[in-house]
Formats: sequence, C-alpha cells, structure tokens
Amino acid sequence: MAFESWHDFIAMGGYGFYVWLSFAGTFFALAGLMIHTMLVRKNLRKLCAQEAARQQRLARRKQQRSSKA
Amino acid sequence: MWRWLHPYAKGEASYRLLGKMLPWFSVLAVIGVVVGVGWGLAFAPPDYQQGDSYRIIFIHVPAALYSMGSFTGMAIVALIALVWQIRTAEWSINAIAPVGAVMTAISLFTGAVWGKPMWGTWWEWDARLTSQLILLFLYIGVIALYHAFEDKRTGAKAAAILSLVGVVNVPIIHYSVYWWNTLHQTSTITKFAKPSMPMSMATPLYIALFGFAMLTAALICWRLRNEILKQELHRPWVQQELLGDNAAQTEGQ
Repeated sequence: MAFESWHDFIAMGGYGFYVWLSFAGTFFALAGLMIHTMLVRKNLRKLCAQEAARQQRLARRKQQRSSKA
Repeated sequence: MWRWLHPYAKGEASYRLLGKMLPWFSVLAVIGVVVGVGWGLAFAPPDYQQGDSYRIIFIHVPAALYSMGSFTGMAIVALIALVWQIRTAEWSINAIAPVGAVMTAISLFTGAVWGKPMWGTWWEWDARLTSQLILLFLYIGVIALYHAFEDKRTGAKAAAILSLVGVVNVPIIHYSVYWWNTLHQTSTITKFAKPSMPMSMATPLYIALFGFAMLTAALICWRLRNEILKQELHRPWVQQELLGDNAAQTEGQ
C-alpha cells in the first residue's frame, strides 16, 4: 500500500483534484458510451417490433386481396 | 481459409460469433481494469519527481494507445470493406469509430488534467497534443460521413476512404515526440526496449493496458452486434433475436 490512510489516498499527495478529475472524466466517458450502446439496442427492439407489425400487415393485406380475387 | 471465413460475411454468423466472444472480453476487461488501475492507484509507489500525480498514467497511456490502435484496426476493416465489399467490414467501421473517439477524448482529457500540475498548462499546441486532437476530428469525420448519405453503402464507402487516408496520422502521433521538440515526453514503455520505469510501476501499467484492450474489444463487439441487428432489421432471425420466439412464430403463420 502506497498510502498510510484513507485520507492520504484521497489527497494523492496534494494532487487529489487532478488525479480524481481525470479518473471521473474517464469513468463518465466510458459509462456514457456503454449507456448509449444499451439505448441503441433498446431502440432497435422498438424499431424491430414496428417492422414486424408492418410485415404482418402487408402479409394480411396480401391474403385479403387474394381471397377477394 | 476463405471457406472458413466466408460465413462471417453474413450478418447472423458474425452476430453469433461476437456473442460468444463478448462475455470473455467483458470479464477480462473488468478484471484487467480493476486490478491494473486499482494497483496503480493504491499500491504502486509514488514517482520521485511527479509524486502521486503520475497515477493518471494508468488510464492515460492505455486510452492513448487504443485510440491509435482502434484507428489502425478501423483502417484495416476499411480496406477489407473497399476491396472485398464485405458488409460486416463496412459495419465494423461504425462500430469501431465511436469507441476510438471516446478513447481519444479520454487521452486528451486526462492529458490536459495531468498537464496542468506538471507543465503548468492545460493545453499547448505542441506536435503530440495537436496530432492527437486531429485524430479525434478524424474519428468524428468518419462517424459523420458514415451517416451522411441516404444510401448507407455510399456512406460506409466514404467513411472507409477517410479511415484509410486518416491512418497516416497514427505514425505521425507516434513519432511526433521524436520528430519535433515537444512538451510531451517520449514513450515510457515500448514493445522492444526495457521500460524506463521500475517494475513496481510498469507491472500495473501492463495489466491496465491488457484490461483496456479487452474493454475496447468488448465495446466494439457490443456495438458491432447492434450495427448488424440494425442493418438486418427486416430479416426473420433479427426479429426472433430481439422480440423472442412468439413474434417469429406469428410472422411465420
């Protein structure tokens, strides 16, 4: 362990602000990318349901048309 | 080899393969990042000149390395996409670019925050910093070009060309600290020479480098899977994957 106490660890020998700022920035950037990737997948599910419904509608219409004829 | 590789030009086969690799990359990423960065933060000795501020290196160097590595990888898939017209390669461009852009942004941000206490300035227009900033703009350009066209394939082709042209910047970034008199120091660790830091600092850095490599790979796998689903949204296998079995069954009736 390079630090005597928890307080020393947070203080980072006087560089605490810079060290923790860079780590926080990295964390939020990576978390943002991961959340974005998850949201894309969630949105794809919605688009996919719409697409499936559209395909079903088309198939039904085709069936109706052929039964009329 | 081609017979083995060929199925992966199809979306579904690639999607399944990526799905098998993703958990491995994710687990190794968590272990590597937690152990490497945790070790670097709490257990590695302080630097004799920079004190504890040098601990930023455990994220700065991995992020910077994989910002360039991702661009090189993107240029390779761009070449494959242009020469062999493989669609999975085209989609890979759009999977890699945002991950690389975030790595570039992290390296620039942590570099600035490290530069303030050590150099006395957040930013300096020196060769290393400027060429890395250009890398970020190139990534943004690739992402923008990919989405700029009504026809997705035209966009992918344009993005591929920019990736190939832009990759010239990667060796410029790497050698900038030798070619020009920069504020930025030269490499601390290289593949061939002994690291210019003691093993008590280099070991956690190597572990962090491994962790970030796995993290980059996992993020790219994850995003490429999304991209494949997006491009093949109208296919039955995607509907089965995203909506479950009942949707595909009702569709089949």
